[in-house]
Amino acid sequence: MMRQVKHALFPVALVLFAALGPFVLEPYDLVNLSAFSAMAIAALGLAFVWGTLGILNLGHSVFFGLGAYAYAIAVSNLGDSTLAVLIGIAMPVAFSLVLGYFLFFSRLGDVYLGVITLCVTLIFYSFMTSTADPSFHIGPVPLGGFNGITAVPSLNMPGDPQAFLSTEATFSICLLSLAGAYILLSFLRSSDAGRIMTAIRESELRSELLGYDIRFYKLVGFAVSAAIAGLGGALYTAVMGYVSPNVFDLPQASQFVLWVIAGGLGAFVGPVVASFGFQLLSSQLGANQVFNTELIFGATIILFVMLVPQGLQPMLLGLSSLKFPNRFGILRRKEKPA
Amino acid sequence: MDSFVILCFAVVNSVALLALISLGLAVIFGMMRVINFAHGEFIMLGGYATVIANHCGVNLWLSMLVVAPMFVALIGAVAERLIVRRLYGHLVTTMLATWGLSLFLIGAVTAIFGNTTMGVSAPLGNIPIGAYSIGAYQLFLIGITALLVVSSLLALHWTKYGLIARAAMQNSEMAATLGINCDRVYAVTFIVGAAISGLAGALLAPISGVLPHMGAAYVARAFVTVISGGGALITGFLSAATILGPVEALLSYFATPVVGQASLLLLAVIILRLLPTGVSSLWTGGR
Repeated sequence: MMRQVKHALFPVALVLFAALGPFVLEPYDLVNLSAFSAMAIAALGLAFVWGTLGILNLGHSVFFGLGAYAYAIAVSNLGDSTLAVLIGIAMPVAFSLVLGYFLFFSRLGDVYLGVITLCVTLIFYSFMTSTADPSFHIGPVPLGGFNGITAVPSLNMPGDPQAFLSTEATFSICLLSLAGAYILLSFLRSSDAGRIMTAIRESELRSELLGYDIRFYKLVGFAVSAAIAGLGGALYTAVMGYVSPNVFDLPQASQFVLWVIAGGLGAFVGPVVASFGFQLLSSQLGANQVFNTELIFGATIILFVMLVPQGLQPMLLGLSSLKFPNRFGILRRKEKPA
Repeated sequence: MDSFVILCFAVVNSVALLALISLGLAVIFGMMRVINFAHGEFIMLGGYATVIANHCGVNLWLSMLVVAPMFVALIGAVAERLIVRRLYGHLVTTMLATWGLSLFLIGAVTAIFGNTTMGVSAPLGNIPIGAYSIGAYQLFLIGITALLVVSSLLALHWTKYGLIARAAMQNSEMAATLGINCDRVYAVTFIVGAAISGLAGALLAPISGVLPHMGAAYVARAFVTVISGGGALITGFLSAATILGPVEALLSYFATPVVGQASLLLLAVIILRLLPTGVSSLWTGGR
């Protein structure tokens, strides 16, 4: 009973924040926090696929970016944002199934998997930056090359493209989606399928000998993470009103990885908190121009990987109750030969 | 006829470029089974070392062939000592740490030199071929790449150090039992790999100019070439470069460079689907 209460604490806090935030915060902060939670949703996708299933997906940003672009193109063409968000989820899922087929059915090792996924997102970046020519367009929407797609309509009432939602409503939707993604993934993790996925993370060989098709479970987990990332990307575009090829670039890809490492591999709350923390930090740094963010983030990744390999959440939990064993973390994972 | 010669030249050039940008990475990967994510930044630092040295009055050839590799070797030595050495055996962790290093180096260079392109002019002029002309410097690049690849093959197979390196690579425990200090072998390999990456960056600087993010333009291709090459140290990545290079060159020629790069990646993914441990598993038996 206590455990269920403890698990419910975080989503309840998010829902409360979604309800109360609009009354206390300035619109500027609301927009920022909406964008942060859209990013945090995508980070949850990576926290799931990497932390629970053990798939080292360094190019998680490709799903985020696909969702962002799919939403931008769909909403500009259709007008209705509800359908566009759904398309923003479906596109990355379709892509993840194709990519996942090649990756998991060749049984690639961790190192190969990480490199290929990272290269995929870099190629998307080069492709999107090369679409400046007006001949690249989908419907009336030009892809816009380096500038991306601008003036993307924000969220509107389902079925009524003219009724745009207010900043406050968008804020609530973003936070509620974050809570929803958290609850969905938590349930999935504690379901039967989720337990098999955890088993696959711990030992692929043993799970396979027990008769589970690890390729299938990996593919499904990959698609789920793509769906979550696509939702994050769609909401992010809806909040910001534009999308540029930067959603695919190296700093974006590294941010997701950084948040998950910092928050704790295998945890969900940690990565969300870490994503909010680092985004606040980077918006402060960006405003001050004292240090550039890459320098700080690079140093942070090195420090976390070397000094706190298990991440903040497991570390703090480990401090508060010493009987909590060091179950998570990158160093804990068995190494597979490349 | 002329355009055919130019096309052949483009194909050879593309293979050479792939080989040049992946050699340093392949040396480190073949040895330690770790992808050095800071590879692109080693290339970038090599470029910067060349440009800065040249602006300070050092002869261009000297700054390309001596200053840049030595400077990047130094950086590689520091990175090895502070980061990579502490994580031996943890492949994924090492990759993440070098990724952090990559961002850190981009940030540091941006902070020092700003986010602007610097450059040196390409030496050696042009060679006319019918209605077209090709840069003599590019011929020089092809030549020096071939020289680098051949000399690393020779060093690996004909020298005592190469023998030790291959032993440490094949079975590090056994090598250690026979009195080889594997940590030192790894350290030297990492530094040599860094130096070669630095040289690659130096050689590319006159063509592309240098800016803090230039590494990103090369890493995807280098990574793909090295991992689809597989385990064999030199022959693996060389065969991958020979397969991928022409595809990229031809599609870049007939479509756009982006299509060329995308098809390179696609082909690599298909190769890995068929041969999950890379092209070289065909003759090393999947080791």
